[in-house]
Amino acid sequence: MNEISHEPVLQQFPDAEWDEAAGAVIVPLGQARTMAEWLLGHGLDYCSNVTGVDYLEREVKEKITNDAGEVETVTRTEPARIDVVYHLYSMQNKTGPLVLKQRTSRDNAEAESLTPVWRSCDLQEREVFDLFGVNFKGHPDQRRILMWDEFEGHPMRKDYTEPFDYEWEPTPHNEILEKHQKGKVIV
Amino acid sequence: MSTAAAPNYELIQQDGLETNLLEVSMGPHHPSTHGVFRMDVKLDGETVVDLRPVFGYLHRNHEKLAENMSYLSSMPFTDRLDYFNSMTNNWAYALAAEKLIEVEVPERAEYLRVIMAELTRLVNHVTLIGFFINDLGALGTPLLYAFREREKILDLFEQASGARMMCNYFRFGGLRNDVPEGWLKRAGEVVDRFPYFLDEYEQLLCENEIILSRTQGVGNLPRELAISAGVTGPMLRASGVAYDLRKVDQYGIYDRFKFRVPYTEGDTGDCYDRFMIRVLEMRESIGILKQALAGISEGEIMGNAPRVFKPKPAESYGRIEGPKGELGFYLIADGTPKPYRYRVRPPSLINLTVLRDMCLGGKIADAVIILGSIDIVLGEVDR
Repeated sequence: MNEISHEPVLQQFPDAEWDEAAGAVIVPLGQARTMAEWLLGHGLDYCSNVTGVDYLEREVKEKITNDAGEVETVTRTEPARIDVVYHLYSMQNKTGPLVLKQRTSRDNAEAESLTPVWRSCDLQEREVFDLFGVNFKGHPDQRRILMWDEFEGHPMRKDYTEPFDYEWEPTPHNEILEKHQKGKVIV
Repeated sequence: MSTAAAPNYELIQQDGLETNLLEVSMGPHHPSTHGVFRMDVKLDGETVVDLRPVFGYLHRNHEKLAENMSYLSSMPFTDRLDYFNSMTNNWAYALAAEKLIEVEVPERAEYLRVIMAELTRLVNHVTLIGFFINDLGALGTPLLYAFREREKILDLFEQASGARMMCNYFRFGGLRNDVPEGWLKRAGEVVDRFPYFLDEYEQLLCENEIILSRTQGVGNLPRELAISAGVTGPMLRASGVAYDLRKVDQYGIYDRFKFRVPYTEGDTGDCYDRFMIRVLEMRESIGILKQALAGISEGEIMGNAPRVFKPKPAESYGRIEGPKGELGFYLIADGTPKPYRYRVRPPSLINLTVLRDMCLGGKIADAVIILGSIDIVLGEVDR
């Protein structure tokens, strides 16, 4: 299968970045929908995979050469973020993939929904909303999909800790016990 | 506990009579849902006016589990995704991981992989057709014929891997063990006998008047919608798109085999098309199996891949043509023995996107066979 070149995308959208290590186009803020429509018009008619990736704040060690020509190790802090990843293919040209990434902060995670462009994002974006807590603007039916509606938290986040008892809910047990001890309820 | 809104019973005026929309919750224990799957259906008489698929009852967060163990440890877990097709699940995962560690797969292993994958396709399609006919109301008989044939292939799996369904047979860079002596001959016998069964099965079913009238023109899926909704596998080809990853990606050694990709010529597909495509695909699989069994030679079955490895930070997406559609694995390595992100792209889940579109306006009894023709396995939908 032929790979799709990312150069035309970067020419059309000068704000977009190319992440060499991941082999992905980083979508500039607020242009995801426009870019998706442009890509759909250029033959990428099939969005195969949509998912999220959670990155906690972490320290990265890098070797750089300073002004004096010496190699030194520098520690750099990478901010926390969530990526929403899209794998795009072209069914008509039988080419692909082109990887898109929408970057968003962790605290107020928000991304543009591409469901109006590719229907296949529908259930998968709901899954990202459910498991990662990313809010998709423009999604027609954003609800939890795998977890139940009353569930709290987003289990695929790296810092998620599970509760002691998933199904704990307040019962009138203690109240009734108290009344019973006071002699008001006959059991 | 539930916070679901009260059902909205709209009044309908019909011929001076007032009636209500009826809300039916089909499932999660309905026998036609092939597992624990629920359809919230709104009915006007017998006509479906709204449908919402509800699932997640089998959710076990497979992806989170895999992120907390080494690469190889989640290989047995992939068997449990689509429990009919453990061999192809293994292959898709191995393909994605092999891209990260760049290991060569020996030729004999490649041949055995193709043989196992095509046998799996036979198992899946033959059972699916059995269940599909079962959904139509032909209780038992065709399904049990299908199960009889499936059993012969499961015996082969057991002889090769030690397990009938949870095979756990693939490894990064090859296979766990070679097939026992005489296995290829036995496999050849099963493959040679299979067309006789298919002839009988086709004669029994394909022109059956009840099947024709129940499935033709039911659950239409237009080509544009199928492409946009990411529908893959036999369902996509039934809607008139000749897109098969065995031809497009040519992963493994599929470029060496001669086979055709069945698809319909029109630009819409109904339940009968989806049923027939699977029958035709089985014939092609038999062709591939015969070529592979003739072409296989002696040799190594394992490349030199380490058991525990630390891939360099990179991302990979491996996908194969599973019996149900495109099965993909997306892995992000961060230099540790565990994947940083592990994602399954389940064909069953994404094919469900169009369930509502296909059922709207149809009868409630047809919703059952439309769901049957999608071919879902809840182990994969819910993960």
